[in-house]
Amino acid sequence: MKPKSLVLSALILASAFAMNSCSAPTGEAALSSSLSPAEFQKALQEKLIAAKSGSVIELPEGRFQFDKTLSLTANGVTIRGKGMAKTVLAFKGQTAGSAGMLVKANDFTIEDVAIEDAAGDGLKTEGSTNVTIRRVRVEWTAALNEKNGPYGIYPVTSKNVLIEDSFVKGAADAGFYLGQSENAIMRRNRAEGNVAGFEVENCKNVDVYENTATNNSGGILVFNLPDLPVQGGEKVRVYNNQVVGNNAPNVAPKSQTVYNLPSGLGVSVMAIKNVEVFNNTIKDNNTANMHIISYLAMSQEIKDKTYNPFVSNVYVHDNQFGGSGKNPDARLESVLAVAKAVGQPMPDILYDGMVEPGATDAKICLQNNGEVTFANFDAANQFKKVSRDAKKHQCTLPALTAITLPQDGTKSMTSSAGGGK
Amino acid sequence: MKSVTKFFNRRVAENAEEAQRDCQRLCATSASLCASAVKRQLRLQSLSKRVAILVLSLFALTLTGSCGMFSTDVVSFIEEPFPKQLSEWKLFVSGSKPLTPNKGVVPYDLNTPLFSDYADKYRFVWMPAGTSAKYSEDGVFEFPVGTVLAKTFAFPATEAGGKERIVETRLLVHGKTGWVALPYVWNAEQTDARLELVASPTEVTRKADDGSVQKINYIIPNSNECKQCHDNNKVTLPIGPKARNLNKDFPYADGAANQLAYWAKLGYLKGAPTADSAPKVPAWDKAESGSLEARARAYLDNNCAHCHQPGGSAEASGVNFSFTHSDLRKLGACKMPNSAGYSGGHQYDLVPGNPAESILLFRMESTKAKEMMPEIGRSMSHKEGVALVREWLATLKGSCGEVKLAAK
Repeated sequence: MKPKSLVLSALILASAFAMNSCSAPTGEAALSSSLSPAEFQKALQEKLIAAKSGSVIELPEGRFQFDKTLSLTANGVTIRGKGMAKTVLAFKGQTAGSAGMLVKANDFTIEDVAIEDAAGDGLKTEGSTNVTIRRVRVEWTAALNEKNGPYGIYPVTSKNVLIEDSFVKGAADAGFYLGQSENAIMRRNRAEGNVAGFEVENCKNVDVYENTATNNSGGILVFNLPDLPVQGGEKVRVYNNQVVGNNAPNVAPKSQTVYNLPSGLGVSVMAIKNVEVFNNTIKDNNTANMHIISYLAMSQEIKDKTYNPFVSNVYVHDNQFGGSGKNPDARLESVLAVAKAVGQPMPDILYDGMVEPGATDAKICLQNNGEVTFANFDAANQFKKVSRDAKKHQCTLPALTAITLPQDGTKSMTSSAGGGK
Repeated sequence: MKSVTKFFNRRVAENAEEAQRDCQRLCATSASLCASAVKRQLRLQSLSKRVAILVLSLFALTLTGSCGMFSTDVVSFIEEPFPKQLSEWKLFVSGSKPLTPNKGVVPYDLNTPLFSDYADKYRFVWMPAGTSAKYSEDGVFEFPVGTVLAKTFAFPATEAGGKERIVETRLLVHGKTGWVALPYVWNAEQTDARLELVASPTEVTRKADDGSVQKINYIIPNSNECKQCHDNNKVTLPIGPKARNLNKDFPYADGAANQLAYWAKLGYLKGAPTADSAPKVPAWDKAESGSLEARARAYLDNNCAHCHQPGGSAEASGVNFSFTHSDLRKLGACKMPNSAGYSGGHQYDLVPGNPAESILLFRMESTKAKEMMPEIGRSMSHKEGVALVREWLATLKGSCGEVKLAAK
């Protein structure tokens, strides 16, 4: 053998070893629409696992079928499709994992993607900081029914969350569900055909603006619930939203908490303090355009000692109301009882009149809401002293501070009416 | 080059141990050489430079490969790139039947394990020479960097004379910057397993108690899914090797012994009390090992609490299935789930005395992606585990008006 060929064969040998020991980095397979569903699923999940801070995962145009949850745990990753109508991640028949996409990572951005027919939640972020969800569509393609997945876009125990220009349809519980999170903005989104359109549950410092909620059972719900680790949700602003015609039947089974949401409710403020609702159009919701209630109205025994079931310091101003309460949800006894007490059509704003014992500065303030109708249905005394007089509530509260997010350059507005008084 | 020659000379001189150390140093050097060469390769555009780098990196790779070949002790990799083949770790002695542990690789067992579609599990621990884990009474031990925990999933033969089918070996490696989960999938020849961060499901067969053969679409978790369970406040951690779960006898090759004592004797564990004074959970399926309640709680501890505890993936649910408390309320008694989605028409997580109305049992029994618990890691319902929890729930006194935990 000539020396040259010796070197050559040594090289060949060397490359044989190389094939064996130094693994090629995974996640390098191109995400092409020519891959089979199983191959595409594997390639995308590999990319999500191999992703490092700064990685951008580009999804091609097309419809891609998955049978298990896609998950991300690497920080600083962006997932980008070609548009909510063009890049569709389809989960019909999903056999493993509950969510469509499950994210537990900071500095996460997802945009221009659709997630359809997830077995459970559509897109869930958990314990994540700096989350941006932009132009994401989550949809259950079957008509709204209890077997659809519960939550569409679902950031939980997350911080600095921006959800914008997104769309959710068909969620069996809530379309947009911000849970146990703080510092968040939901804007310019659309929720239709869900049980609840938007939910802000046990959250602190949230702005909900320029959204549209229509044809859900309930439009925008801001509330606290007991028995969840994060308590003390407050400081939520709901403004410039269109909350119109949320009269879809509530399909939730009786056992679910959301069963207690009356179909035909526009805006719900429950068991929370420091909420500002302004400049919204809230119309044609058949149980009532809005209610402001304590959790005691849920007639659930409260065993969580850290939980405050009362509602206080809610400031409702400069909204347009109309067409409220023409057909209250007869499914719920509580609604029927209130309807009986206050008469029909139900007024725009229903208040249960429950004040925390000993609370001296608890206020419900209504200002400049046009031809608004109102009733305090005196829940504490079995509706004995129903009052339609809103004069007691002609007060103002300081404007809440606009939320700023590190990932967002846009300045959101601060309310002018009554601000700082 | 000098060190290479030295290394081979030493081999000839049969000074194996020293050669080994040299080799491991060499491996480390060549691995980093490989990594940096590959990185540089991406940047360099000149062809000649590329070729030069290629030759250099191939050489480095050859060394890495041959080092693995000649090494006889366990090789611990504590940072990327991790070996593609399980055999490169040298956890098991090659040539003999699979899973024969190498020197220092110690098998262990748990009092009450996680259910994984009835798979048999073989667990091993290895720590670098001279290091040991620090005992902890409640949580997972503090293992030294370099520790390898290897858990192999296998299914027994379904016919007489057939062979056991080894499906996967999951390594949890305490790397330089924390624990890393590495799933290795065994080949059909059962000679080695290959690192697959996203493995495809595998069909396995299992003989049920009634003698029928079941087909199982066995899902091997991807490395993110490993983290989903092995996560506490975004830190990957082992789950099983806690004092209470290790506190039992194991039939070692050199005679049966308590695992805590055996680890201590080996130098693998420091600060452990005697087995008698260490906590212990019963074996869920052995009635003589503990009360019904203790066995059910042990089952929930190792099948649910990795997520359902403070800091766990399902902390937001507000239930905590850890064995370390005795508050039935924290186990979900008369608690509405509030943010859990579909609950099968049941109102409360746990209804004392009423298993059929408890979401806990509904989720354990279900095999639907949307409803089942745990969310991942099984495709079948664990009949016996469900029966145990059902029996315990039925004994609980009270209703959802007043709740009291039966004495433990």
